[in-house]
Amino acid sequence: MSISWYLIVSALVFAIGAGGVLIRRNPLVILLCLELMLNAANLALVAFARMHGNQEGQIFALIVMVVAACEVAVGLGLIVALYRRRLPIDVDQLRELQG
Amino acid sequence: MGIETLGWLVLACPLAGLLVISLTWRLLPWRAHGWIGTLAIALSFAASIGTLIALQDRAAEERHVVAVAWNYAVSVGVDAQLSILIDPLSVYMICIVSGVSMLIHLYSVGYMRSDRGYARFFAYLNFFVFSMLLLVLAGNFLVLIIGWAFVGAASYLLISYWYRRTTATQAGIKAFVINVVGDVGLVLGTFFIFDGTRTLDFLQSFERVGEAFGTNDGNLVAGCLLLLVGAFAKSAQVPLHTWLPDAMEGPTPVSALIHAATMVTAGVYLIARMFPLFEQAPIAADVGAIIGCLTLLIAATIALVVTDLKRVIAYSTMSQIGYMVMAVSSAAYSAGMFHLLTHAFFKALLFMAAGSIIAAMANVQDLDRMSGFRRAMPFTFFAFMVGGLALAGVPPFSGFFSKDEILAFVAARGGWHVALAIAGYVGALLTANYTFRMIFRAFFGEPCPEAKELEHGHLHHAEQPANPATGEIEDTDVGFPGPDHQIAEWEGTMKGAMGVLAVGAAGLGVLQIPGVTDVVHHFLEPTFEDSRYYNTLEPSGTLTAIGLVTGTVLALLGIFVAYRLWVMSPAIPGRLRERFASLHDFLAHKWYFDELIDMLVVRPMAWVGRFARNTFERVVVNGLFVGGSSGAVKAGSSAVRAIQSGYLRFYAALLLLGLCALALYFLVSS
Repeated sequence: MSISWYLIVSALVFAIGAGGVLIRRNPLVILLCLELMLNAANLALVAFARMHGNQEGQIFALIVMVVAACEVAVGLGLIVALYRRRLPIDVDQLRELQG
Repeated sequence: MGIETLGWLVLACPLAGLLVISLTWRLLPWRAHGWIGTLAIALSFAASIGTLIALQDRAAEERHVVAVAWNYAVSVGVDAQLSILIDPLSVYMICIVSGVSMLIHLYSVGYMRSDRGYARFFAYLNFFVFSMLLLVLAGNFLVLIIGWAFVGAASYLLISYWYRRTTATQAGIKAFVINVVGDVGLVLGTFFIFDGTRTLDFLQSFERVGEAFGTNDGNLVAGCLLLLVGAFAKSAQVPLHTWLPDAMEGPTPVSALIHAATMVTAGVYLIARMFPLFEQAPIAADVGAIIGCLTLLIAATIALVVTDLKRVIAYSTMSQIGYMVMAVSSAAYSAGMFHLLTHAFFKALLFMAAGSIIAAMANVQDLDRMSGFRRAMPFTFFAFMVGGLALAGVPPFSGFFSKDEILAFVAARGGWHVALAIAGYVGALLTANYTFRMIFRAFFGEPCPEAKELEHGHLHHAEQPANPATGEIEDTDVGFPGPDHQIAEWEGTMKGAMGVLAVGAAGLGVLQIPGVTDVVHHFLEPTFEDSRYYNTLEPSGTLTAIGLVTGTVLALLGIFVAYRLWVMSPAIPGRLRERFASLHDFLAHKWYFDELIDMLVVRPMAWVGRFARNTFERVVVNGLFVGGSSGAVKAGSSAVRAIQSGYLRFYAALLLLGLCALALYFLVSS
């Protein structure tokens, strides 16, 4: 199987993730979409590693997973904090930091 | 002590006096400051005498000592040092300045006693004496300019000493502005001379002037004319003289010290000091001589009609300085400097006596209201008489010898200088006339109410103190004259100072009697040894004799005319005034100089100022520069601010867009 299929699936998943980030307003869903984008990148990395026949891409994928776990920890923390303060769970209404 | 130390001490004493008075004016009892100030100047005078003795101990050719305290900026082509030059001319000047100043300080101790700004007055006076001594001791152009500017500032401070009097503050501003015109002339003139000689030091630039400039070289003439502008502004010569009569708004000791004895002679000193330059540029010297002659005539004619006592003396000062400027510009250096000495004595004396009369009149200065003070104030009358006789040039008083020496020397130059000398004799006639007009009106005739009151042992006080010029009501707190007035008869310090000056005014002529003594001329010789004229210009015996006789006759004639007009038949002056009404108006308006300057300088300048404020400042500066730059920043910031919407998804979209653009760029470029 040629590498292009993997890359097409990766690009598709990335596009779905990016679209989700852009159109959804719930921070939890945005976080899930970000996760999708990261995993799309992981898929591409593993595919390239396989193509080249070495392990560097796979190691990168592992590092991306670590980063994703950290990001989820921070992001979920933020969402819990929002919920506890009874703030709206909607990113469009959380815009006090505008210039 | 070495001569250099003494020279620096002369400067240090008044400076120390100024600092002590300024720093302790709250701590010490207020009467102490007068004595501190006087003591400082007395020490300075002692140091001047020490310098004089140390200088005379040296051989004649070694009487030029340059003492350098430190180098201020000495590098390629510039030699700015803090240096003083001690030579006969500067020592002559410091002795006059510190000596007369000492007496005037002593007079002020009594005269200013009830004034609320007593300590401030003496601090200013000490500052003035320091500046004046710095000016005359300066060893290079830089120090000269500093002293010159300091003197102008001190004059401003002292004229506006009664700072709540509007007329006084206006007079101070006028004096300062005209003096600054002179400062600019002096600085520009220095540039012209420095450009040729490449040194700021006096002695070196005098040595180099011969090779740097040809005779009547354009640059040198321009430089000398600019120096003359400085000298004219400081010495109140036409047309920069209008500040001096107004400066009489200051306290009388100030008029005596600054506006008669010392500061206004700075211009004469400058011309004498720069004699090698002026001898190399005879055109500039001729201009100086002619202006001096014009001034002495113009001022003398105005003095004939002015009715303010102090202003009459002020115009006579202008006139006498005209004589000095004419003398030093005609290379009669020793005669000019001798007249400077005698004038310092008799003019300070006249002002002090005038101060005494003004005190007896409760600050009124109008001659029309004074009369018959002879019996009420015998000592003041005596002092005024001595000063008046010296000013009028009656033998054997000092002014007779000095004035006639000037005229004889100027006549001895020959050519058109003879016309100047004749004009000088006309001036002498007018001088004797206006001097005795003052004396006859103030001291003779029926005593005025104030004089009668004084004869009964009581000094007149106005019910409500008022500005004598405008009649504005005043109080006696700080910023206005004090409540009490002091007259010489009742004040030991005033009497003492006037006594010493009267002796000088009467007897100083012995220094330079034609054919008998020649003290001043010999003393100043080392300074002027390189002069083309100093030892060759010598009036012949007949010329001197004719001069002396003419001088005596004219002085007595002037006094006689004054006697005829103001004592024997006091109705004649009124009739003359009606008959020559236009001439009287012309003179009473001071030849319309104030109006002329107002029209030619003040109004155009005020118009330019208004234009700059309304058009340039408001439209160009405020509108274009300030408004334009702030507007650009505002527009830019509001555009940038618009992007910061706070929508998270908008930021994400921008991020993606940017990423896509970057990816596209790499794709296209590879």
